[in-house]
Amino acid sequence: MRRLLFLLPLVILVVGVQVLTDWTDTRYYLTQLTMAAYYSLLIIGLCALMGYTGQISLGHAGFFAIGGYLSAALTTRNLAFFQDQAFFRLLEGAGILATGQDIYGAELVVVAPWAACLVAIIAAALIAWLLGIPVLKLKGHYLAMATLGFGIIIYRIALASEYFGEADGISEVPPFLLPFGLEVSGSFAVREANYYIAWGLLIMGLILLRNLIDSRVGRALRSIHGSEDAAGAMGVDTARCKLQVFVLSAVFAAVAGVFLTHYNGGIGPSEAGVMKSVRYVAIVAVGGMAHLWGALVMGVVLNFLSLRGVFGSYDDAVFGLILIGIMLFAPNGVLSLLNFSGVLDFFRRRRRRVKEPGGLR
Amino acid sequence: MTLELFIQYFFAGITYGSIYAIVAIGFNIIYNTTGIINFAQGEFVMLGGMISISLLPIMPLPLAIAAAVALTMLYGALLEICFIRWLDNPGVLRMVIITIGLSILTREAALHVWDESIRSLPYFVGNEISTVNVLGARVSPQVFWVIGACGLMVAFLSIFFQGTSVGRQMRACAANRKAAVLCGINTRDMVTFSFVLSAGIGALAGCVMSPITSTAYDNGTGLAIKGFTVAILGGLGNSAAAVAAGLLLGIIEAFSVSVLPLAFQDAIAIAILLIILFVRPHGLFGSGTAAGLKEF
Repeated sequence: MRRLLFLLPLVILVVGVQVLTDWTDTRYYLTQLTMAAYYSLLIIGLCALMGYTGQISLGHAGFFAIGGYLSAALTTRNLAFFQDQAFFRLLEGAGILATGQDIYGAELVVVAPWAACLVAIIAAALIAWLLGIPVLKLKGHYLAMATLGFGIIIYRIALASEYFGEADGISEVPPFLLPFGLEVSGSFAVREANYYIAWGLLIMGLILLRNLIDSRVGRALRSIHGSEDAAGAMGVDTARCKLQVFVLSAVFAAVAGVFLTHYNGGIGPSEAGVMKSVRYVAIVAVGGMAHLWGALVMGVVLNFLSLRGVFGSYDDAVFGLILIGIMLFAPNGVLSLLNFSGVLDFFRRRRRRVKEPGGLR
Repeated sequence: MTLELFIQYFFAGITYGSIYAIVAIGFNIIYNTTGIINFAQGEFVMLGGMISISLLPIMPLPLAIAAAVALTMLYGALLEICFIRWLDNPGVLRMVIITIGLSILTREAALHVWDESIRSLPYFVGNEISTVNVLGARVSPQVFWVIGACGLMVAFLSIFFQGTSVGRQMRACAANRKAAVLCGINTRDMVTFSFVLSAGIGALAGCVMSPITSTAYDNGTGLAIKGFTVAILGGLGNSAAAVAAGLLLGIIEAFSVSVLPLAFQDAIAIAILLIILFVRPHGLFGSGTAAGLKEF
């Protein structure tokens, strides 16, 4: 339980912001905060891969798009055409199909959102696994280019295939119904509920990653970042560890993609673009690479500002500038500039000093 | 496939292929002296085209091209001096991210200077419809300009690296940087010079290709990826192999159009890149034993 205590300020802040928007009648901010939370879910996953394991990925928008596009396509594309075939009856029998209406009111038979969500996440994990085996053997420039290439292929597929709506993307994605009467959708009636769903998911992801990083596996990952050869010599199965983290971060990205697509009611090819991947890397870098809290804070703040349109037509330029500035002047993240860690160390040392005598006697 | 069609595809292939080769050589020059992959390489090509197009109304074509090349070289030097020169011993991840950032900034600046419209230089000789008859196929004269310019650049570079003092100093820097310093070579200047050189050849390639392929602010990324594919295909650092690999990729792409939809043309180059990275990261022409000593 004490391990979870660190989340208390975050939970209080999340609830506090919601109450504040309620009082000041600025509930529209919740929409961007919800979206920012989903993007941050991807970003903390990438942080585990980049910051703690030291493997760059310029293809994470691709995994986001796999999640988003698959769940969007499966929940909107009409299957009524296959009504007579065996697999259709099989799906129907398993309760996987749902009925809906298209914009003209005609009957649609589609895959139920929960099943589509599962398929999308499993697909992303599988693709990450298959891609990771060869790609993670590479280092430095080669790894960067290979993952960038993967991202571009996903972008091209989304842009060129009719099934994924070509340049228009997919719209009219139905709401994702959850237990307890919750639903993931953009309708104003469920805006507060969605805000809490997004942040609940993000906090769950954070707990998962915190536990992972503090565990035996996490120490192995950090040793890979330090020196892969040394880690291997100490008996760490480096290839396996890297692959596991890669798949995990891809799953985080896919989950974010699925939920955000249902929330927005659609997805377009720009979500798969190279600039999105670069932006995620930039945010992890700004947060201080091996710093989950930094990635979380920067992910929420920068995505929120970007979604509010604060940067105008200089949106991409701002992220490029941030990327260069951070890498030139503060490769350990902005928080290192404030000497925040010094303050934390101070508190830790005091606490230890109080505890140590008790522990010794 | 008829002979005419074959020749038509073939020429299209070597036109694009020689551009890719030039971008790949640009990568190689910088990689050799610094060990950095400059992700902003494609932006030099875009800048060359864009600047020459903007200068054209106030000066004749050859002068506009020369000025564009000179300005892009200046830009390359500025990038190196402002962002790379003063970092001591930066890690690869840091350098990758910095050059990606530079490419984004260059592209965004170009977007705000030249907006989104697609422009192009006029054909150097004749116009869009003038053709030269090669074995029954009709080929635009600009194709020969591209091939000729790229061939000249390769010849110039090989003479430069073999025959001149600066060229030899750069090669020494590539072979062993510490030893080069001990021999009294100013390696920092060599790094700046390698950026100038690869900006220059990129810009010239951007000018000669502009009439055929047009230039837009976001051309760079695609070219950088193709160029990198070619550089890897030939073996990173090996410029002669880059020419062969460039022509190979160009021809594969040109012929793929007859089988696959155009939208997937880019995916082919990237698929080749991924396969090469997995199977032969030292390139088609690199030696396996030498590769054992490198890190991929």
